Amino acid sequence: MSTKVGERVLPTGRARRPSASEPGTRKNRGTQQQGKATPWLFLAPYLLLFGSFVIIPAVLGVWISLHSWDYTLPNKPFVGLDNYIALFSPGSTVFGPFWGSMRATGIFTVLSVPLLLIVPLAVALLMSRKFPGRDFLRAIYFAPYVLGVAVISVLWRYLLDNNIGLVNHYLGLLGLPDDTAWTTSTPAAWVALVGVTVWWTLGFNAVIYLAGLQDIPIELYEAARVDGAGPWMQFLNVTLPGLKPILSFITIITLLASANMFGQSYLMTQGGPGRETRTAIYQIADTGLRNFQMGSAAAMSYVLTIFLMAISAFVFYIFREKQPKKEVRS
Amino acid sequence: MSTLTTTPSVGSRARRARGRSSTIARVVVLGAIAIAFISPIVFMIVTSLKTRSDATAVPPSWIPNPVSLQAFASILAPGTATPVLQWFANSMVAAALNATLVVITASLAAYPLARMQFRGKNFVFVIIVATLLVPPVILVIPNYLIVSELGWLNSLAAIIIPTAASAFGVFFMRQFFVGLPIELEEAARLDGANRFVIFMQVVLPLAKPALATLALLAFLGNWNDFLWPVYVLFSPEVQTLPAGLSTLQSANAVRYDLLMAGAVVASVPVLALFIFLQRFIIEGVSRSGVKG
Repeated sequence: MSTKVGERVLPTGRARRPSASEPGTRKNRGTQQQGKATPWLFLAPYLLLFGSFVIIPAVLGVWISLHSWDYTLPNKPFVGLDNYIALFSPGSTVFGPFWGSMRATGIFTVLSVPLLLIVPLAVALLMSRKFPGRDFLRAIYFAPYVLGVAVISVLWRYLLDNNIGLVNHYLGLLGLPDDTAWTTSTPAAWVALVGVTVWWTLGFNAVIYLAGLQDIPIELYEAARVDGAGPWMQFLNVTLPGLKPILSFITIITLLASANMFGQSYLMTQGGPGRETRTAIYQIADTGLRNFQMGSAAAMSYVLTIFLMAISAFVFYIFREKQPKKEVRS
Repeated sequence: MSTLTTTPSVGSRARRARGRSSTIARVVVLGAIAIAFISPIVFMIVTSLKTRSDATAVPPSWIPNPVSLQAFASILAPGTATPVLQWFANSMVAAALNATLVVITASLAAYPLARMQFRGKNFVFVIIVATLLVPPVILVIPNYLIVSELGWLNSLAAIIIPTAASAFGVFFMRQFFVGLPIELEEAARLDGANRFVIFMQVVLPLAKPALATLALLAFLGNWNDFLWPVYVLFSPEVQTLPAGLSTLQSANAVRYDLLMAGAVVASVPVLALFIFLQRFIIEGVSRSGVKG
């Protein structure tokens, strides 16, 4: 492992306490006089966990993916890249299910991410100015998120039941079709999965947006107003640029969360109808931990990971800072 | 719901009248969304208090008739194949121990990363932060094998210990420590206290709000974790509530009274924590974004 990386100064560390003391002493303030072992003693318990359950598995996963690794069989022969090749060979048994699940993850991500970026932003904008009861409303929007995926999925499977569910009942009252099979037919199942996910995590994203909105100096809006900018121009020229760092953060975590969707599909649609809403994570978990084809499942997880990292890198690229980095708030 | 009164606006007098009507419109829209948001949760509670036939009656009603604790009595009864009470205890123990482990290991690790100079420091920090972007899916299969090697499969250790390696926790605590004024620590240094004593007696007391926030987020995360417990806990008596809800759903596909009662049991502790400590939770989440 190279120590060169260690020498690099992180941007977060740089902007701290810019003029607190004269140069030279800053480096030593509160940092001198400690045994060489001291920092490592502090780090040891965490690094033990981190090494055992993050670093080792990340490497072990590659090893597993290069073997025909069936958990239930004593022999786990080395097969090189065969597991990966099979994933890309249209004739193989894993090709159809894997890419079908990647397609399902793709559909869910493409449908849910824009909604999860735009709707919470709209809610946050409505909440950005103080009014009585604002904290109360913020808490209500956030509440579904604390319930967890199992509770919300079981709950919504009930609300979306075709015969006795609340959703179809109210649609009927509005004169709309009241017999939609929300969890057993597509495209209705996608509407259900995406809608429930938006309900579940809207508050989470809105809260992050709200914090970002409050960091935009009010003077910028006043200056824009003096220049004759209407609300829409203010949004485009003040709000969006001010939210840029937050936007890139929310885009990435929302993308990753959507691409990792599992519980909603497992509990609400059981991956159905057929395998249509069976996501990549669902497929990987089932292949590796239900059928114990771990070599193949590990290979799938790396293929998915490469996709996700490429998309994350692309998002970072789009949102990259062009102007010099602003001071980090503490 | 919320009141529709407005505070005097800070803007100019000309804008005040317009501001008031737009505030009312704003509150009406937000209030309507809020009612739509909370009603599924209300209906879950309502249904859990219904009888079996009432729960599937058409049209669905918002008032249980009669109010019945039958569903709770039935899922909480001892000796069922779906021991909800046991799941509750398992979830409590797992989430509490996991949160404790996260807070201890993350704050210990974050301190030298915030306050000491040593070789390899930035390397360690960069690696930890980088794993925040690694999709957890690549860890699932190998961790299953590791946990199996350790003999933790089908035991609570499997869901308490591996997920305690919280990169977010280290990142979060480090940011907090960096923001603390250093003078108190320096004064303690001059008095001859060693780093560990300073950490325990000077730094941690100042970090209580951050520790509470991290503990809460870890508790919620562990309480609600789904995929991992579903696959590593296979006997009913060791399952946690989310995994158990899945078992309950397969066992009682259309017994919505029972399912909603189970969902309520799984929600009560987190909703209670949220109602009383929502400031910590929401601020923890919003700060994670500002820092990210």
